[in-house]
Amino acid sequence: MNFPEELKYTEDHEWVLVEDDVVTIGVSDFAQDQLGDIVFVELPEVGDTLEVGKTFGVVESVKAVSDVYAPVSGEVVAVNEELPDEPEAVNNSPYEDGWMIKIKLSDPADLDQLMDVSAYQEFVEKD
Amino acid sequence: MNKTPLNQIHRQLGARMVDFGGWDMPVQYSGVIAEHMAVRTTAGLFDVSHMGEIEVSGPHAFDFLQYATTNDLSNLTDGQVQYTALCYETGGVVDDLTLYRFAADRYLLCVNASNSDKDFAWLEDLLKTTDFSDLNLINRSPEYAQLALQGPVAANILAKLTSTDLSTIKFYRFVEGSVAGVETIISRTGYTGEDGFELYCAAADGIKLWQELMRVGQSLGLEPIGLGARDTLRLEKAYALYGHEITAEIMPIEARLGWITKLKKGNFVGRDAMLKAKETGLPRKLIALTVTTSGVPREGYPVLCNGREVGYVTSGTMSPSLKKGIALALIETAIADSDQPLDIGIRTRQIPVERTTLPFVK
Repeated sequence: MNFPEELKYTEDHEWVLVEDDVVTIGVSDFAQDQLGDIVFVELPEVGDTLEVGKTFGVVESVKAVSDVYAPVSGEVVAVNEELPDEPEAVNNSPYEDGWMIKIKLSDPADLDQLMDVSAYQEFVEKD
Repeated sequence: MNKTPLNQIHRQLGARMVDFGGWDMPVQYSGVIAEHMAVRTTAGLFDVSHMGEIEVSGPHAFDFLQYATTNDLSNLTDGQVQYTALCYETGGVVDDLTLYRFAADRYLLCVNASNSDKDFAWLEDLLKTTDFSDLNLINRSPEYAQLALQGPVAANILAKLTSTDLSTIKFYRFVEGSVAGVETIISRTGYTGEDGFELYCAAADGIKLWQELMRVGQSLGLEPIGLGARDTLRLEKAYALYGHEITAEIMPIEARLGWITKLKKGNFVGRDAMLKAKETGLPRKLIALTVTTSGVPREGYPVLCNGREVGYVTSGTMSPSLKKGIALALIETAIADSDQPLDIGIRTRQIPVERTTLPFVK
């Protein structure tokens, strides 16, 4: 399983790429593997305000419905418009084509709650 | 947890295992969509050994089953299979099943895994209330392994392992024959809507039968298939699944199973309740819906007509063949028979749906 080193991770299996005050969010390789074939993705709209820990979207596989949680608070500044038409990108390319949204951070302290790759790897092994 | 005789095989193949009604079963091997498409285009092999088998034999077997089940046994011949149901006096369903006639006085009932013990107890109790005492009721579930070989090339694969002329086995017929040297009930039945076979053998022979089928089937595209694809395959064909389209609270005549409910055959358990319900008019009806935009309907989601809840989804999924959301839903008869627009409530939104003829995939 592939967990890029430059990313941060949450206990809900989202990944976070931090670039200054904008973070890109998706779900990890572990999450997509657990879900199986993803057939539907529901995302917020640009301009929506998200609160850390609250649901911002839904990922559905053939068999299951899963919420996706905001790893940080802030305003949605971009959403992956391709994803609703190509939800399988989450399976095939969870860290590139499968990205979901970009958030402009409202509180950088939210980042302190995230795991680095080694902590996440350990977390997945225990899960 | 219960395990089928093939449990070790699934683990070796790297299947994702789940607790399915107390059974440790494979939900997927390579992935639900790939497995689904393999069955539609080539062939798939399913371990369905969790299904139950109940033998009913003896001079009163026919009369008892004619009374206990909804379909009519009177025109069945030896070697024929019939889809039927056991009902309560209320008309609700105890279980749906396939009934195999070996002889006028010997039958095998193939029942749902999680209902197997309930069905057997139900039949035992029912027997005590009748005069049909001269028969044997035996739960043979642990004695059988059952594999389903399904798909357009299923017959080509099976032909490599048996001298039985498969062209003589018509749909819903069975013979007893040898497959890869294993004594097998070869039944031309299934739950996928494709051509194929359900193969019953001794539990101890299950692994051999599986391995031989996989060995000769590989070059023809045979893949192992889990319960995930089993569900999407049956739903595309709008086949009922117990606990969803039919339950103790839903009559078969509400669930488009009037064709297995022979109200004119004479008395049977549940008949009076069904006749009465028909007389006063059935309040609910099962309909087929497809999502016109995007969204996946799921079991339990409400069906709405002009914002008013008129029923609920009994089964829903993303159809791998159609790449659209599909659903079976039990809704008010008057609305079902009208052409008023319908929506499905998916989380906070209302998604427009279209009525479709059954099955979803022809």
